[in-house]
Amino acid sequence: MSERVAVRKTYKLYIGGKFPRSESGRSYLVQSGENSTANVALASRKDARDAVVAARAAGSGWAGATAYNRGQILYRVAEMLEGRREQFVALGIPGDEVDAATDRWVWYAGWSDKLPQVRGGVNPVAGPYLNLSTPEPTGVVAAVAPAAPALLGLVSVIAPAIVSGNTVVVAASPTDPLAAVTLAEVLATSDLPAGVVNILTGRIEETVPSLAGHRDVNALDLTGVADAELATSLEVRAAENLKRVLRPVPPHHDWYADPGLARMTALLETKTVWHPKGG
Amino acid sequence: MFEYAPAPESRSVVQLQPAYGLFVGGEFVDPTDGDSFTSINPASEEVLAEIALGGVGDVDRAVRAARTAYDRVWGPMPGRDRAKYLFRIARLIQERSRELAVLESLDNGKPIRESRDVDLPLVAAHFFYHAGWADKLDHAGFGPGPRPLGVAAQIIPWNFPLLMLAWKIAPALATGNTVVLKPAETTSLTALLFAEICQQADLPAGVVNIVTGAGETGRALVEHPDVDKVAFTGSTEVGKAIARAVAGTDTKLTLELGGKAANIVFDDAPVDQAVEGIVNGIFFNQGHVCCAGSRLLLQESVADEVLASLKRRMAQLRVGDPLDKNTDIGAINSAAQLARISELADAGTAEGTQRWSPPCELPDRGFWFAPTIFTGVTQAHRIAREEIFGPVLSVLTFRTPAEAVEKANNTPYGLSAGVWTEKGSRMLWLADRLRAGVVWANTFNKFDPTAPFGGYQESGYGREGGRHGLEAYLNV
Repeated sequence: MSERVAVRKTYKLYIGGKFPRSESGRSYLVQSGENSTANVALASRKDARDAVVAARAAGSGWAGATAYNRGQILYRVAEMLEGRREQFVALGIPGDEVDAATDRWVWYAGWSDKLPQVRGGVNPVAGPYLNLSTPEPTGVVAAVAPAAPALLGLVSVIAPAIVSGNTVVVAASPTDPLAAVTLAEVLATSDLPAGVVNILTGRIEETVPSLAGHRDVNALDLTGVADAELATSLEVRAAENLKRVLRPVPPHHDWYADPGLARMTALLETKTVWHPKGG
Repeated sequence: MFEYAPAPESRSVVQLQPAYGLFVGGEFVDPTDGDSFTSINPASEEVLAEIALGGVGDVDRAVRAARTAYDRVWGPMPGRDRAKYLFRIARLIQERSRELAVLESLDNGKPIRESRDVDLPLVAAHFFYHAGWADKLDHAGFGPGPRPLGVAAQIIPWNFPLLMLAWKIAPALATGNTVVLKPAETTSLTALLFAEICQQADLPAGVVNIVTGAGETGRALVEHPDVDKVAFTGSTEVGKAIARAVAGTDTKLTLELGGKAANIVFDDAPVDQAVEGIVNGIFFNQGHVCCAGSRLLLQESVADEVLASLKRRMAQLRVGDPLDKNTDIGAINSAAQLARISELADAGTAEGTQRWSPPCELPDRGFWFAPTIFTGVTQAHRIAREEIFGPVLSVLTFRTPAEAVEKANNTPYGLSAGVWTEKGSRMLWLADRLRAGVVWANTFNKFDPTAPFGGYQESGYGREGGRHGLEAYLNV
């Protein structure tokens, strides 16, 4: 009997909960496992703009969901990722990295209903007023995942953005995009509402400048931008509507270390509400 | 209207010098190239003093003084000792508050009632609050051992000169940074008196440096390579230029910029209370307030009633001598600002909205603008979109709460908002949906050192005040 012919996967973008090809019709070749190659969608500027529209549309629903609900969905992502561990290993992602990425989802899942308590509260103003500060999501975040580690780095960029109610458009590692597309399949089966996470594969220098200059993007996470000159030009573009900017992370950054709060808090606004007290 | 006898506050408490130098390294020094400019009283156009115009070399000297003080004195100093200096400064401000208030009103044009009862108490409270943080930073929620950034470059506006100085200097010093502060060109004097207070407090030399000057002085400060932190309060346009200037550096940036706040009045709001809030929202400090309630959104069913009451109230506002204790609205801070307000108000008329001001006699000399409201305004009008920064209110109407939210958020800004309703659930529903850093519900223009202040979107980023405000000056 002849050996079974394998069914290979088409690697596409993830926009608005769907898996479209690039509207440009382009793709690029990457190594997939040991003996095969894959054609990955080469996202265009138009794809990036479509992703912003999807992220914006998802924003109010996701930000308006209860923290408990968002926490459960992030935890569900961890469950799905755990179940697909071998699939990532087959793509060449070390088992340790898959485990760390899974654990990172679990860690952030628990933050959804604690962040408002840790980052907000009552302010003891000198007058007869109730004064409350609460963190809110800044809105649509455009992010560049680090080139490596492809899965853990990507998760470490996405999870802290969405846990508080932001929605993201993320440019995946250009050299190692298969893990990103496979993560999109995890997200699509985790009850995460369509458009909360949108993943672009392709060239950072092609997609990210249009995101950095986009008037309907609220924050720019430059974590994975290795070229200092490109990073500076993106930060200059971001000033057009005063996006919140996270600057690039050095290449030797330890992604396995405790991430702390900084990535979450950089993407929050603080709202302070005053109300008089009186009988 | 009652006739009021003049009740002027005495100027004798203020001893003005004919000329002021820069405050660098603990001493007043002459600027390198000897340039200066005059500071005038906007209520009379009388020259108050000659102020040194800091150049690139002066900025460099000040940054070096701040660096030396950071490395040798202020950085290594235990938090409890930094705290004591800040407590000293808070006390000195309380002791000299009348002098500071009179000087602020002379130089800025704001009514003495406001500088005396709002600005100065808040300035002292700001130093007192932050003094206590200096030795408690490990417990501020940023993890153990948060570190200062180093030298902070701070640029402040002319609308609340000493209060903005306090918002900048108090948290920077409490967290262990040293500062170079540039006051606004038209309002340098209270900052220079604050420098004297630093001397009186024996604050180590170079911890606070004040470099007076104009836009170019500020640019030199922002672009100085040895600055670790930039904090700016001012226009959105300049804020964007600063964001571009620090792109690609390690400089940490916080910006507190313009606004076009909606003040939303529902049909169940107590009208008299709401009208007081509307007046306070837009006419406080001549409307020279970034968080001013400059767009009044009235629910259609009560629009006529509220407007009639508002006009009645506006007719009681007393415009005139800032040093008179009965004055409600003082002088516009400068000729340039008066021109800007007039230009936008004229645009309101030209675009077909209806303009109204109460009968109001304005002084012959100085810069004045009568309190003004525009009705029949829509979102498309310039006076509904652009920050006027003067005593000018644009009135719009809405029918449903959803429409109020949509109109309130229809702006690139996001600094503040006001809501007037007796219904608690509606107030909270609305507060959740307003994209603004501060929401005043059944009140307006309240400030406190413990309450974080700052904007969403193009109103800037970062917060000032409270635990949140410390973050701007720590490596967290």
